[in-house]
Amino acid sequence: MTKFMVYLFIFSMGLLFNIDAAFAGEAEPKIVGADTAWMLASSALVMLMVPGLALFYGGMDRSKNVLSTLLLSFVCLGVITVQWTLFGYSLAFGSDVGKVIGDLSFLALAGVGLEPNGTIPHQLFMVFQMMFAILTPALISGALVGRMKFQTFVVFILLWSTLVYDPLCHWVWGGGWISDLGALDFAGGLVVHISSGVSALAACIILGKRKGFPAEPMPPHNLPITLLGAGMLWFGWFGFNAGSELAADAVAASAFVVTQIAAGAAVLGWVFTEWSHRGKPTLLGAASGGVAGLVAITPAAGFVGPISAIMIGALAGGLCYLAVLAKHKFGYDDSLDVFAVHGIGGTIGAICTGLFATAAIGGTDGLFFGNPGQLVTQLISVAAAWVYSFTVTFVILKVLEATMGLRVSEEDEVQGLDLSSHGERGYTM
Amino acid sequence: MRKITAIIKPFKLEEVKEALTSVGIQGITVTEVKGFGRQKGHTELYRGAEYTVDFLPKVKIEVVLKEDLVEKAMDKIMQAASTGKIGDGKIFVSSIEEVVRIRTGERGEEAI
Repeated sequence: MTKFMVYLFIFSMGLLFNIDAAFAGEAEPKIVGADTAWMLASSALVMLMVPGLALFYGGMDRSKNVLSTLLLSFVCLGVITVQWTLFGYSLAFGSDVGKVIGDLSFLALAGVGLEPNGTIPHQLFMVFQMMFAILTPALISGALVGRMKFQTFVVFILLWSTLVYDPLCHWVWGGGWISDLGALDFAGGLVVHISSGVSALAACIILGKRKGFPAEPMPPHNLPITLLGAGMLWFGWFGFNAGSELAADAVAASAFVVTQIAAGAAVLGWVFTEWSHRGKPTLLGAASGGVAGLVAITPAAGFVGPISAIMIGALAGGLCYLAVLAKHKFGYDDSLDVFAVHGIGGTIGAICTGLFATAAIGGTDGLFFGNPGQLVTQLISVAAAWVYSFTVTFVILKVLEATMGLRVSEEDEVQGLDLSSHGERGYTM
Repeated sequence: MRKITAIIKPFKLEEVKEALTSVGIQGITVTEVKGFGRQKGHTELYRGAEYTVDFLPKVKIEVVLKEDLVEKAMDKIMQAASTGKIGDGKIFVSSIEEVVRIRTGERGEEAI
């Protein structure tokens, strides 16, 4: 009798849950206040990363180019905001066409209203994604400072965002073939960091070296503003990663926690690697390490636990430092090390996601939790992002080289772009 | 009239200034300069790249004074600016032909 009651109980509970699930499936999507509040805040946090990045880069360049460097990041807030509103969002998140691109149904935000998209208003999802689209081309600018024509840069980011970012974003987040494949990219290891980092490598190879590189020393002119920028990036990154959950829930908290842990471990990873290599711990190394760790945890946040985050961060800090050294070996002028930090950092993160992911947190296991297939999926997605970003960036810049020209005159470059291109100076003394 | 030009370590400026005022010098001109002598430069590290910086920051002091004060002033500067280590700097002495005080038009030693 008792046994029968237990069976009955279990059966009825199961029925109850099934009914519940059925209701959840059919229920009208509803806007949730907490999720909306968190995503409003997250969107603003990601926006702050753009001026943060500008300062991070600006301090690392020479004083004669500081305004020009700041502007290359900041102008993305202008160009990409309008691009995304008019057609970028539609290409990335419009109805799928052949698993490669969105259609034009959201052109000029037609149909993107205040109705629920998940549990937040559709326009809020759109503007959160807009901030990512703005930050990504700004990241590339660090490889191009001190020599690129401003007007060509503006056209470049417009084309790059349309032809590289929007399709890639669609592949991974907009229902394209990489998401079908099952690749994990929580907040943009592929979409943001591999795409910008690898494109930066292609771009600085085509653009060529700054005059005097590498014989003439070009040390950073203001590391305090670089640290301020790194701090703003770190702060904004909580919106970037924890916001990518698109909800104020437990996974968002987990993403927030591992973001902090990986960044901290990467500060140590970079500083200790540099210390043992060159004999001194440096502030620039600590700031760069923090950013490298944030990059590497970006695809993994929401899928990995705290101890995995320490390993991912420490690995990224050490390896990104070594990747910076490669430019001196191979001779390309990736001026502010965008490829080493974002290209390599993003790749480490995407691969580590395939190693450290655990179903207990994000619903999918990686290799270390018994699912080797996930690593293969991650490797395929990384290779696709590398090849696509490099190739299309290469073609865009070759076309711009033939039509608009890429570089300022040698005389203007020597004078500094602040005066020669913009008619203003960062420091008047 | 003579001019003493001394290149010294920047952190010694205050001591040198006090030493010179103690012998009755009424005015000095100070400039922040860069240069190298036997001390040579130093190295800086940025993301693992080592840069050699040849020119080190120094302070240049210029004092114009009467003939009879020159030896005393030179001794004072030497005492105050010395650390005994390489890079303490140098003292140059040269002749001055004329001095004019702009406000009053006084000339020569009166104008110093």
